[in-house]
Amino acid sequence: MKSPRFGIALLVRRSLAQHAVSTAITALSLALAGGLVMALFQIQAQSRAAFTSGASSFDAVLGARGSQLQIVLNSVFHLETSPGNLNWAWYQKLSADPGVSFALPYALGDSYRGYRIVGTESKLFDEALAGEATLKLAEGRPFDDSLREIVVGSFAAEHSGLKLNSRVQPAHGLVDSDEHHDEEYVVVGIAAPTNTPNDRVLWMPIEGVFRMGGHVLRGAGDEYVAEADQDIPEESKEISALLLRFRNYQRGLELDQEINRGGTEATLAFPIARVMAELFDKLGWMNRVLTLVAYLTVLVGAASILASLYNTMNERRREFAILRALGARRRTLFAAILGESAAIGAIGGALGVLVQGCIVAVAASVVRRQTGVVIDPFAWHAALWAVPLLVVTLGALAGVWPAWSAYRTEVAEHLGPTS
Amino acid sequence: MDAALEIRDLRKTFRSPDGSVHVVVDLPALELARGEQVALRGGSGSGKTTLLHLIAGILVPDAGAVRVAGREMTAHSESARDRARAELIGYVFQTFNLLQGYSALENVALAMHLGRGADVERAKTLLARVGLGDRLHYRPRQLSVGQQQRVAVARALAGKPVLVLADEPTGNLDRVRADEALALIREICREHQAALLLVSHDEHVLGGFERVLDLAQLNRAYGSQFAGGQA
Repeated sequence: MKSPRFGIALLVRRSLAQHAVSTAITALSLALAGGLVMALFQIQAQSRAAFTSGASSFDAVLGARGSQLQIVLNSVFHLETSPGNLNWAWYQKLSADPGVSFALPYALGDSYRGYRIVGTESKLFDEALAGEATLKLAEGRPFDDSLREIVVGSFAAEHSGLKLNSRVQPAHGLVDSDEHHDEEYVVVGIAAPTNTPNDRVLWMPIEGVFRMGGHVLRGAGDEYVAEADQDIPEESKEISALLLRFRNYQRGLELDQEINRGGTEATLAFPIARVMAELFDKLGWMNRVLTLVAYLTVLVGAASILASLYNTMNERRREFAILRALGARRRTLFAAILGESAAIGAIGGALGVLVQGCIVAVAASVVRRQTGVVIDPFAWHAALWAVPLLVVTLGALAGVWPAWSAYRTEVAEHLGPTS
Repeated sequence: MDAALEIRDLRKTFRSPDGSVHVVVDLPALELARGEQVALRGGSGSGKTTLLHLIAGILVPDAGAVRVAGREMTAHSESARDRARAELIGYVFQTFNLLQGYSALENVALAMHLGRGADVERAKTLLARVGLGDRLHYRPRQLSVGQQQRVAVARALAGKPVLVLADEPTGNLDRVRADEALALIREICREHQAALLLVSHDEHVLGGFERVLDLAQLNRAYGSQFAGGQA
């Protein structure tokens, strides 16, 4: 009965152990290379998914005439600047539109310690109106539309230390500046995490933005400065963007036609997912170049298996000759060397998955810090098995030459001193 | 029953780098009965290692026949010769040729695996028999020279060989150890009913055998000024 304990697997294991240092170095270089390839695939797929579909529950954004991408980045991702303002009339018109189920105005421009402040209406917190777009609270209550109250996004609360009843003095502009408004707002609510860019935002009544000291409204053409205890005329009100949910897709298409093709005043970014997908498509070539470079490093890793195995061939001739003298066949030695290089590939591929996990986890935390978008570092991707398989295959291929060299060992010449 | 070893008209030549051909082995006949122990007297240049390699099927002769227990060791197929070697022959080398990365037990069991299959219990029994029952997991480097030789002997017997070939097996040992090793090889071959063909130039070693053959007379190529032991 053959005992597998003493078969090729033992030869492979012993040889790997005897050359532990070069085994470790080659496996590690393969792991880094393979992990990089997997991480690129993973980051590309996960960030695309997160930035296209996961970032917003709204269907469309209406902004001033300009780039759809800029409008989306500004109002959904809270990056970039606004291309300009829209008249309040757009809000009135579209919230009355029977095809629109929910319309939410944004007034942007202020910030607190680098976190952007969005002026909006408290209906954002009302599930009956906002549906899926509702912002749920972890603590406290929604702001009152007529008071100086503020709700803090979860990430902003966590990192700025703002708590219920904290006082906030907004800064003028989108970067952390010394130019503070005089008004003080009280934190009345902390939002639950949404895993979207909204987690990095402070929410306050839009009326508050209108009335903030130093703000000027140009909705009516001339400059209007809000005064206390006095209603602001509707025609003077301005918004930065209008976020929309449609009752059906068809209405979005109609409005797209009407506003983008037929009008000159505003731009409708619809659907939001498409606008972001186009951005990723534009950047796709960069990802392909990076992936190509990563593949090349995998090849270099495989070549280093070849080099390190080939270098040990001469010192191992005697061992091969002894094994042959004991009755081992040439193909057994061939298989043992091939097994050894494939095993190095397998170790590298398996470690590569871990390396991938680390790279993606770091990338995910950077993306979250920068944008608030949450990428799942443990998501499944086909590259997670395809790339290790590729690494094992390349490892085995790299072993063919050394294995052939072992195969050709002539026993009589290498059995040691003879007389 | 077939003889343990049967050689007929065996001839092996080597080609020198300058193109000239030298006869190294030219041996009309040699026969060992089952379990028989024969010593071959042969020094440097007698072609002894080449002869043992031919018997073991490591080298292929230019002409003639080698049969071990009736099996051709001159078969055209190399893998058939490898198989026959693993199943029928135990080889004890002057330099032991143990696998350095493997324990005593693994050296023995690996040799068995290449033949009829590894039997760990048998490997342990054999190592205990040669006095290494407490050294099963030692690597060759951790063993004395004499102990290494005993591992090599246990390994040679592991595959239940019909014929054990011993090439100057005591050459690396001092007198006392050489006597011990020789006694051990002969006893253990007897116990396992394996024939023994031992080659040595040491008269002290040869003296103990009932049948001693002189390779100088047996091998007609001997004495040729070109007859090197190894190509």
